[in-house]
Amino acid sequence: MGPQMRVIYILCLRQIKRYMRARARIIGSLGQPLLFLLAMGFGFGPIFRKAGGGNYIQFLAPGIVIMGILFTAVFSGIEIIWDRQFGFLKETLVAPVSRLNIALGRTLGGAVVAFIQGLVVLVFCLIAGFRIEVAALLPVALLAMFISAVLFSAIGMALGSVLEDMQAFPLIMNFLVMPLFFLSGALFPMKGLPEPLMFAMRADPVTYGVDSLRGTLGRASLFGVGTDLIVLGAIATMLVSIGAYLFSRIEL
Amino acid sequence: MSTPDRETSAGLVIEVRELVKKFGDFSAVNGVSFEVSGGTIFGFLGPNGAGKTTIIKMLTTVLRPTSGSIRVNGYDPLSEQRQVRSSFGIVFQDPSLDSEMTALENLELHGVLYGIPSGARKQRTETLLKLVELWDRRKEFVKNFSGGMKRRLEIARALLHEPRIVFLDEPTIGLDPQTRNHIWQYIKTLNAEQQITVFFTTHYMDEADRVADEIAIIDHGVIVSRGTPGAIKAGTQSGSLEDAFIALTGQTIRVEEASSIDRMRTLGKAWGRR
Repeated sequence: MGPQMRVIYILCLRQIKRYMRARARIIGSLGQPLLFLLAMGFGFGPIFRKAGGGNYIQFLAPGIVIMGILFTAVFSGIEIIWDRQFGFLKETLVAPVSRLNIALGRTLGGAVVAFIQGLVVLVFCLIAGFRIEVAALLPVALLAMFISAVLFSAIGMALGSVLEDMQAFPLIMNFLVMPLFFLSGALFPMKGLPEPLMFAMRADPVTYGVDSLRGTLGRASLFGVGTDLIVLGAIATMLVSIGAYLFSRIEL
Repeated sequence: MSTPDRETSAGLVIEVRELVKKFGDFSAVNGVSFEVSGGTIFGFLGPNGAGKTTIIKMLTTVLRPTSGSIRVNGYDPLSEQRQVRSSFGIVFQDPSLDSEMTALENLELHGVLYGIPSGARKQRTETLLKLVELWDRRKEFVKNFSGGMKRRLEIARALLHEPRIVFLDEPTIGLDPQTRNHIWQYIKTLNAEQQITVFFTTHYMDEADRVADEIAIIDHGVIVSRGTPGAIKAGTQSGSLEDAFIALTGQTIRVEEASSIDRMRTLGKAWGRR
């Protein structure tokens, strides 16, 4: 491993260690997706079935897995604000390494953590009655989960690089992360909706994450898994570049 | 990965010429020039808000000057960031450790960031942790350390990559006299044995008087006095450096606005994290 790769690796490892050590955080960030899975899944199940949509848990679970990844990843990115506050950020900013590599290490670390969280949510979905229909497609599903995690982690990095303090955090949650989630088609099918809403849903990157998991874990992809992965990959690449650029401009 | 020293005029490791930093209309640093010779202990004193930390930020590549020139170890912090960064170690005014990791993990991360080969890193980690008397607690989480222990660990970390210069921004703030004495002892030992140049700020005038070879006093963004502690005292006909400092910078208490970071810190406490 070259010295630059080692820098990316150690910063990534730092975030995984911090995540594994913060048990309260793991349980805390499981709460929301599980609440949605159980309350919505069992609450709306009968109506969904009557409307001819089939098994609602089967429809909902991919969206809930993406939700777990989305919230954890954005939060990991925003951890830059805490690092700024508690001073550790300075240690990395005066080190003789390129900011790009620091940004990549952090983004990747946040993504790995969110990916693990997504796996845990998936296990809970299986317990709640979700069934993986084509086991052979599981590796593709995991790939889609990981690309989504990178994408969301990059969003967090970009925000964390620009924001100076935690005051804006509720704003981000309510006006960015929640809308991204609700517009992703995680909770309801993209069928027969008003055109402006359909447009907003197609513009939401989270939609492609949810759709790719529906196509691989279930059999109900709207855009096709290939398209989903290409869109996710392209947006992820773009956002990682933006995040890294904004990070490189941080002054103390 | 230490960077070769560049030939500098008369063995100067820091050269600052006509340095200016403006934040909007406010000039935090207003045409400052000074130089620091290799191997000396240089004290940088001034009231709160005088511009000390702003100058350290510019010397250490994390803030862009408005105008003026800087050379650190012969390199330009604007165009030769990497060479400058590997020339110095720094202990910031505020803590900068990762408190969710152990002492050893903090040093390991630093070693990797500075490209130190793992054999050398392990050996230097042991030497330095023994020097600052933290070797027995190396596997403990930093969040369980006292303020003095954290400072000692930060000093060990700043020296891990064998820098030519070490910046210490109020290294002894909030520590008891015993710890302060210890810290200055480590620093003097390192300065004497390895000719590391030490650039420090402090509000404890007695410390500066005892430790510094040379002192610069800054106020309102300009240097108001320079010389050995003895010369500064003689120049103001003061018995102590504290009296000299007051004579040079006046009696008025400085107003300093809380930065967004300070406000956030309060918020962080209210949220009960760490």
